[in-house]
Amino acid sequence: MKLLQVNNLRTTFHIEAGQVQAVRGISFHVEKGESVGIVGESGSGKSVSMLSIMRLLPDNASIEADRLLFDGTEIMDMDHTQMRRLHGNDIGMIFQDPMTSLNPLFTIGDQLMEPIRIHLKLSKAEAKKKAIEVLKMVEIPSPETRLNQYPHEFSGGMRQRVMIAIAISCNPKLLIADEPTTALDVTIQAQILDLMRDLKKKSNTSIVLITHDLGVVASMCSRIIVMYGGQIVEEGTTREVFYNPQHPYTWGLIRSMPKVSEGEKKKLIPIPGSPPDLLAPPQGCAFAARCEHAMKVCTKYSPVSISLSESHRAACWLMHPKAAKAEREVIGS
Amino acid sequence: MGRYIVKRIVAGLITMFVLTTVTFFLMHAIPGGPFSPAEERKVPKQVLEKIEEKYGLNDPIPVQYVNYLKNLAQGDFGLSFKQRDVTVNEIIEQGFPVSAKVGSIAIVVALLVGIPLGITSAIKRGKWADWLAMIIATVGISIPSFVLSVLMLFLFAVVLKVLPTFGLTSWQHYILPVAGLSFGPIAYIARLMRSSMLEVMRYDYIRTARAKGVHELKVICKHALKNAIIPIVTYLGPLVAILLTGSFVIERIFSIPGIGRDFVTGISDRDYSVILGMTVFFGAFIVVANIIVDVLYAVIDRRVKMDE
Repeated sequence: MKLLQVNNLRTTFHIEAGQVQAVRGISFHVEKGESVGIVGESGSGKSVSMLSIMRLLPDNASIEADRLLFDGTEIMDMDHTQMRRLHGNDIGMIFQDPMTSLNPLFTIGDQLMEPIRIHLKLSKAEAKKKAIEVLKMVEIPSPETRLNQYPHEFSGGMRQRVMIAIAISCNPKLLIADEPTTALDVTIQAQILDLMRDLKKKSNTSIVLITHDLGVVASMCSRIIVMYGGQIVEEGTTREVFYNPQHPYTWGLIRSMPKVSEGEKKKLIPIPGSPPDLLAPPQGCAFAARCEHAMKVCTKYSPVSISLSESHRAACWLMHPKAAKAEREVIGS
Repeated sequence: MGRYIVKRIVAGLITMFVLTTVTFFLMHAIPGGPFSPAEERKVPKQVLEKIEEKYGLNDPIPVQYVNYLKNLAQGDFGLSFKQRDVTVNEIIEQGFPVSAKVGSIAIVVALLVGIPLGITSAIKRGKWADWLAMIIATVGISIPSFVLSVLMLFLFAVVLKVLPTFGLTSWQHYILPVAGLSFGPIAYIARLMRSSMLEVMRYDYIRTARAKGVHELKVICKHALKNAIIPIVTYLGPLVAILLTGSFVIERIFSIPGIGRDFVTGISDRDYSVILGMTVFFGAFIVVANIIVDVLYAVIDRRVKMDE
């Protein structure tokens, strides 16, 4: 059963210099109870595509899509009241920076009880009870006293736990986590990921995890979507993407991931160059300028998406039968 | 918090002492005095000496200064030099309530109009409502209150004949002075609120609030407003002091018997005790208003540490 279905989503920012095509026609879906990872570097359009679905972008962004279905309802047709029910109740969202995502002038209790009172329509006392219960779920010690404290009295990891508590407080069907661990210390990162895995096991919520860290995705998600230049370049199950990657950008991502194996010291190989200017997207494949396997055709025509299996597809000219065989980087088992 | 307030009060007292001293000596440094012989009327020398003796003007200035401080410490501002048998305390007691009444209405009006104007302008950024609000604000800041007051007086009292010109006997009498007093602050508050609001609306926690499904009106009036109002609170301290202690100009134009008018008359009369008394009173007001603002900060924003 598909919980979220996105067909040909396009998001454009209208700025003085012109139009930034941040998301250029992406299609994907999320099954009920499934966790999907969206990977890509900064500016690849991963956050923007999720914020587009939530319709949380600033006024200068225009969103177009052939279809944007959540649980069978078209999001593009929703009015304000329906959107508010979607926000917080159906979809919970966790943001990257827990330091700035909480309002500094209100207590944690106030901010946590807000969605509970709006969506679950509980009384103040009941909402408080529920808030304490949720704080316990995210493993915040002595939640009763913590409720009356302000965000500045919490550490970064604790604040992210509060953000998670807010996101899951109304038992959403979908949880969107936008780089939930990027701003945290490595040890705290692991704790937060463990917590999310635990919650996932207990509640059967679908999760979309946005990250640029392939390691995080591997441990959390069953399916991976790789984005580059506002497009999806490869999509498949975690196994398929890790063991049989098709797109040179995916190879680059895997190569630039640090490996810990038998004390072996290996230099990390970065992907040279920088992401394309989406104010004037390149003709042809967006990755061609940085791709070591680029061919003549790559700079002229956009590659079409080719399916390798029911779940695995990639958009690269190398997959064309007439293309020369490029050496593929494969992670050994 | 208690220690902080005590510290601030001590600092305020020092400020008051410096203010009093500087004003006292500056005033005496100016040539002439309250009883300098006027050109049109000759006062016999003996009479002048008698008068100066009565008010202690014969004493050396340092002695006068010490005497003044002694009286001031007991809350006594002394006798007026020009108005016979009237103390400065009496002048303040009479004038201040009048000024404070007009002033406090003006403050409420300034906040009630300025804040919503600024918020609307920020939310409707670039639309006609924003343009209109900012035109009003620019006009309010660039045109001095006396020009505006005279223009309004001309329009509403002379041409349209709908509002009275002077005095404070009915509620209609308050409209023009309050408008004249609050127009500048409205403009300033609106601009301050607009820029502050625009900044706050970009913050992550506003997106968080929306992602929780909070109604947009509540996002603006709760999550954004409490953060955006802090600069207004800063401005409120001096504003309250200025408006409550009376505007010389407005009180002159509308013939309001407030202390602003007494201050101006005091200066032109060289009425030493009135000038000093008013200055000290005005200074004390600003000091107290600023302490209250600082405490308010900490109430609004718990991150502000009081003991630093």
